[in-house]
Amino acid sequence: MILFFAYIGVAWNILGGYAGQFSFGHAAFFGLGAYTSTLLHLHYGVSPWIGMLLGGLAGVLLGLLSGFLSFRYGLRGPYFALVMLAFAEMLRLSFETWMSKSHPLGLPIPLKGTSLLDFQFKDKGRYFSIVLVMLIAATFLCHRRVRSKIGAYWMAIRDNEDAAEALGVNAFAYKLLAMAISASLTAMGGTFYAQYFLTLEVNDVFGVQISVEILLSAIIGGAGTVFGPLVGAVALQLLAEVTRVYIRAFSGFDLMVYGCVLILVIIFLPQGLLAGLRRPYRALARALST
Amino acid sequence: MTPALLALSEVSRSFGGVRAVSALSFAVAEGEIVGLIGPNGSGKTTVFNLISGVFLPNDGTLTFAGERLVGRKPHQTCRLGIGRTFQIVQPFNSLTVLDNVRVGAFRTIGNPRRATREAEAVLDLVGLAHKRDAQPPSLTIADRKRLELARALATRPRLLLLDEVMAGLRPAETLEMIELARRIHASGVTLLVIEHVMRAVMSLSHRVVVLHHGEKIAEGTPQDVSRDPEVIRAYLGEEYRPA
Repeated sequence: MILFFAYIGVAWNILGGYAGQFSFGHAAFFGLGAYTSTLLHLHYGVSPWIGMLLGGLAGVLLGLLSGFLSFRYGLRGPYFALVMLAFAEMLRLSFETWMSKSHPLGLPIPLKGTSLLDFQFKDKGRYFSIVLVMLIAATFLCHRRVRSKIGAYWMAIRDNEDAAEALGVNAFAYKLLAMAISASLTAMGGTFYAQYFLTLEVNDVFGVQISVEILLSAIIGGAGTVFGPLVGAVALQLLAEVTRVYIRAFSGFDLMVYGCVLILVIIFLPQGLLAGLRRPYRALARALST
Repeated sequence: MTPALLALSEVSRSFGGVRAVSALSFAVAEGEIVGLIGPNGSGKTTVFNLISGVFLPNDGTLTFAGERLVGRKPHQTCRLGIGRTFQIVQPFNSLTVLDNVRVGAFRTIGNPRRATREAEAVLDLVGLAHKRDAQPPSLTIADRKRLELARALATRPRLLLLDEVMAGLRPAETLEMIELARRIHASGVTLLVIEHVMRAVMSLSHRVVVLHHGEKIAEGTPQDVSRDPEVIRAYLGEEYRPA
């Protein structure tokens, strides 16, 4: 699960960290990916692997639509974040209405065995391998982009959109591109999530808490860095596990501690854990070299 | 006279009830250095914003190398070959100096390594090579102005709009900046310069256009303009005496 949240964080980071478009509604893409593959699988027997790709495609389309609407009207910063939240909520409510008739207790994915083709495994290690591959691929993709023209343009837009425009950057097009890539990766993550739990509930994949969890690992680790989402996911999931296991005296107390640690990180390391780790590391390197 | 590289014809732009630019016409020929001067609020920067596509004119036409400019967005006018700097410097603060300039270089060069080399060459030209790994907030004002210039230059413009690149500089730095502008001009770039530092703009420009309340009140060589009684009254003040 750590790797999974790292992967989703990488996907969010492309749009939120590099291109600087802070999305508060990535659950829209996440849920869309999960439902696309699952519904296709249930009703048409489409392999979840193909469903994953189609879900990614659906994510691209939704990303382009929501991106077109918000960027076309020049929505920036908090306004963009809120519109994305609205998109996610719209989808959540639509799916809830739709699903409450047919599957009020959630959408179960029938067990078919453990073949690779069905994307179902008894052995959780298999899931681990798959998400590891997804994470490495996404991180590699991200790393390649950073030094390229696309990455340079994204970061220019993030820092100063008007100045970027004056240097020939079509900010609208590059923001849409970031949106499309980020949305498709997130949607593919949604498919993985559905196959991992083999049951699908609207609020689990479209809910606000998913949107928050998606962006949290990237932000805590360090938005706009290649390995930030990984560091953030490791730290957050470990923290969640530790507080849950060791602090059981009062129910809910673990969540309070979890929240307090989050606040401390945000206050003292606003650039993320990675930036916080980098400072002492650089000081050490300097001390060693002299 | 050679056909104009940039031509404004009867261009007007109002903000609310204020006419920032009013029926303005002037032209810049390829290879010229033209100064655009005028008191504060006379509409100079608005003219730049109209040329680069930040604002649409209410009236009039603008052409660049035979192409109509009206309706083109800033990134499109940049692609036509118009580079610009901002009066208030607008660096990408989280990127290094080199990466700032790479953004400009990527306009004509897709390959990352070649874009880096191009950016390094531009930094050499403007004298910022030793600061390539610094972050913009740590730079002096003079260096930030140089960075602003380098970034615009890296897009390989035919026409470069310089908006007060000498404002706030010490005299020695101003001289360096004039020298730099001359070098850029010598490399084949046409310059349109907004400047408050009179000595700089007068010594640099071939021709000067004077704005007052959005209207052109004079145009000519620096010598002629600085003797024009209306210009002296509107702008230069009695104490300015041409050498």
